[in-house]
Amino acid sequence: MAGATSTASATEARPELQIPTGWRRYLYSTNHKDIGTLYLSFALLASLVGTFLSIAMRLELHEPGLQYFSNPQYYNVFVTAHGLIMIFFVLMPALIGGFGNWFVPMMIGAPDMAFPRLNNLSFWFLAASFTLLVSSLFFAGAPGSTGAGTGWTIYPLLSTKGHPGPSVDFVILALHLAGASSILGAINFIATILNMRAPGMTMHKMPLYVWSILITAALLVLALPVLAGAITMLLVDRNFGATFFAPEGGGDPILFQHLFWFFGHPEVYIMALPAFGIISTVIATFAGKSIFGYLGMVYAMVSIGFIGFVVWAHHMYTVGLNASTQAYFVTASLLIAVPTGIKIFSWIATMWGGSIDFKTPMLWAVGFVFLFTVGGVTGVVLANAGVDRVLHDTYFVVAHFHYVLSLGALFAIFAGWYYWFPKMTGYMYSEVIGHTHFWLTFVSVNVLFFPQHFLGAAGMPRRIADYPDAFQGWNFVSSLGAYGAAFGAAVFFYGMAEAFWRKRPAPANPWGPGATTLEWTLPSPAPFHQFETLPRIA
Amino acid sequence: MTVDPRLEAAGPEGPGHPYQLVAPSPWPIRGAFSALLLASGLILWIYDLIWPPWIVFALGALGVAATMIGWWRDVIIEAENHEHTPVVQISLRYGMLLFICSEVMFFVAWFWAFFNSALFPADEIQVVRDQVIGGVWPPQGIQTEDPWGLPLLMTVILLSSAGAVTWAHGRLLKGDRRGLKIGLAITIALGIIFTCVQAYEFLNAKFDYSQNIYGAVFFMATGFHGAHVIIGTIFLSVCLLRAFLGQFTSSEHLGLIFAAWYWHFVDVVWLFLFTFVYVWFG
Repeated sequence: MAGATSTASATEARPELQIPTGWRRYLYSTNHKDIGTLYLSFALLASLVGTFLSIAMRLELHEPGLQYFSNPQYYNVFVTAHGLIMIFFVLMPALIGGFGNWFVPMMIGAPDMAFPRLNNLSFWFLAASFTLLVSSLFFAGAPGSTGAGTGWTIYPLLSTKGHPGPSVDFVILALHLAGASSILGAINFIATILNMRAPGMTMHKMPLYVWSILITAALLVLALPVLAGAITMLLVDRNFGATFFAPEGGGDPILFQHLFWFFGHPEVYIMALPAFGIISTVIATFAGKSIFGYLGMVYAMVSIGFIGFVVWAHHMYTVGLNASTQAYFVTASLLIAVPTGIKIFSWIATMWGGSIDFKTPMLWAVGFVFLFTVGGVTGVVLANAGVDRVLHDTYFVVAHFHYVLSLGALFAIFAGWYYWFPKMTGYMYSEVIGHTHFWLTFVSVNVLFFPQHFLGAAGMPRRIADYPDAFQGWNFVSSLGAYGAAFGAAVFFYGMAEAFWRKRPAPANPWGPGATTLEWTLPSPAPFHQFETLPRIA
Repeated sequence: MTVDPRLEAAGPEGPGHPYQLVAPSPWPIRGAFSALLLASGLILWIYDLIWPPWIVFALGALGVAATMIGWWRDVIIEAENHEHTPVVQISLRYGMLLFICSEVMFFVAWFWAFFNSALFPADEIQVVRDQVIGGVWPPQGIQTEDPWGLPLLMTVILLSSAGAVTWAHGRLLKGDRRGLKIGLAITIALGIIFTCVQAYEFLNAKFDYSQNIYGAVFFMATGFHGAHVIIGTIFLSVCLLRAFLGQFTSSEHLGLIFAAWYWHFVDVVWLFLFTFVYVWFG
């Protein structure tokens, strides 16, 4: 072959193949794996902040009365920051930026992402956004306090007249930057997946995780700009005398809720779909079978993404929508249970008759199927406008979305983390510690969140630092669960430290014949650049 | 049998794939840091927290501008180096197309705000809002603009400029570089005229931006469109400069194509604004 020269001269001629050294390697990175590592490290760091905030909330709710928050507005600030951090700086960076960057190029047989520099811009925009969000905590918000206590939904008039200080402006601009980060990242993923698949890998041969990222990216491109418009309106209402959401100027506060949830509902699937992709991959690997109903799984995700755009007002049943509008949104929302059911049953059918290997990732995946089903079923309950009259803004809703996100998406992150840890680091984690981490977390989070269904059904409202004595029992149990989950997180960090300390080398494919995607054909840890010669897919 | 272009090696010492792997770049982190300065500077300015109040914002704006110049300079150098293989060009096309999709969705938010008021001005459960706008659109007490005056002129200007940029592209495809430059110059001139007419329109509007919903949706929707006209004009000016520098061939001129796409997108948004904001609900 004409190009048969020594590796040394090849890398000299092509500086992009050299591994950069020092701080430039990460700060100036154009490598999808390094940027994926940045995203995952960032998500771990942000999760510490988000977890600290939630533990503080559970300590406050441990018993009735005000224990730690002498000014209860600070409790609202904690609620807000916890929600925003967990969504924008933990779940999304880990599921999309982290694993997506690491494994989408490898799974489709490409050497890198389509736009490597843009990839790095997405990450650093997120870092800038997090800086703004953390800054918001230290600037004046509502009178007599700092920070934004608006909830992650930043509804006006609470976020306009209720918070005259600059804090909410910091939150708004943080969301602008996080949105820009996600849109650019999404464009990058779509271009990569559509244009850089290895020869022979048709769309219908793509791994399900790649499909999930493709659909997620499409949702991001279509949903986030609407949020950008809404928060820009909020910004000009707050600072420049516009009246989009101010009735005294002819504006409409409900407009904000429509715009917010037109973004906010797809956002739920933006966090759930990559989780679906990871779970499909892990279950197929450890059941030793290919996924049951591949095409059904693909088009279930496509329909979830599509229907996800036309159900937004089920978050707004109590604002005074007319009955026929509510009837439509009930019907459309219930419809989502159909493709979601297809996925749940296909995961079960994949395990059915398989030779199941309960390695740590599989435990998290099976845990996910159980928890996500619980969260999905309570979602069906809440989709009904009549029932939602009673349950709206109660702990039942808190329990519902923590079952799908805090438990569902988070369990998928841990499934993916343990599954790909050998490929990313070249080391094997300890199965004993992994199992301990799983069981501690699984039991704790159920103790933490299941009682919240009872509290919500009994009428306990969310986003309030205190409660009547009647709710004491289950709140006490719930707080115990939170401390257990925090202990589980400590075991996780210990397990990671142990793996790096013991340095048990990982083989190229530690999972056996069930692991069929292309990343397992590469050595562990994966090389700086892969597929200098593209693989052919039969 | 056609050979997948992905299988052709790019030549001696080249990779066995047609993709562009770029060397580490300082621009992304500089751009993100500048955006952080821009955002926090805006808040410091609004609340007058430092002196001079605009200083951090200005530093951020300079940083963002420097990043855009430096980054896109690198991209143009790579393009002139033929690093944009046919396969890479497809990625770039997807990228630009998706960026325009996201821009469309951004305008959806503003049109949503507009239609929320224009189609449903009388919602009896919103008592205060109902009293202010009087249950009609345009709201009571608002004197709107005649769509068949300046707005029609602006429509003609933008549509002509869309024709001019298409003509310029056609001339380049035929190898007529002089025609390319003339066509681009006409497009840019029309873009600048549009911006001037809009500035005149804004300064002479008979309603205020603040304290009323009509002013808010009118100035924000048409104002964001105007900002996009200015961005598109700058994009086309860069293309004209590149044309004078001898860049763009009849077969390779993605920068020009993207500027034209962007210009047509801006054009279509205007047609929606003209139809609904000025004519139908004016």
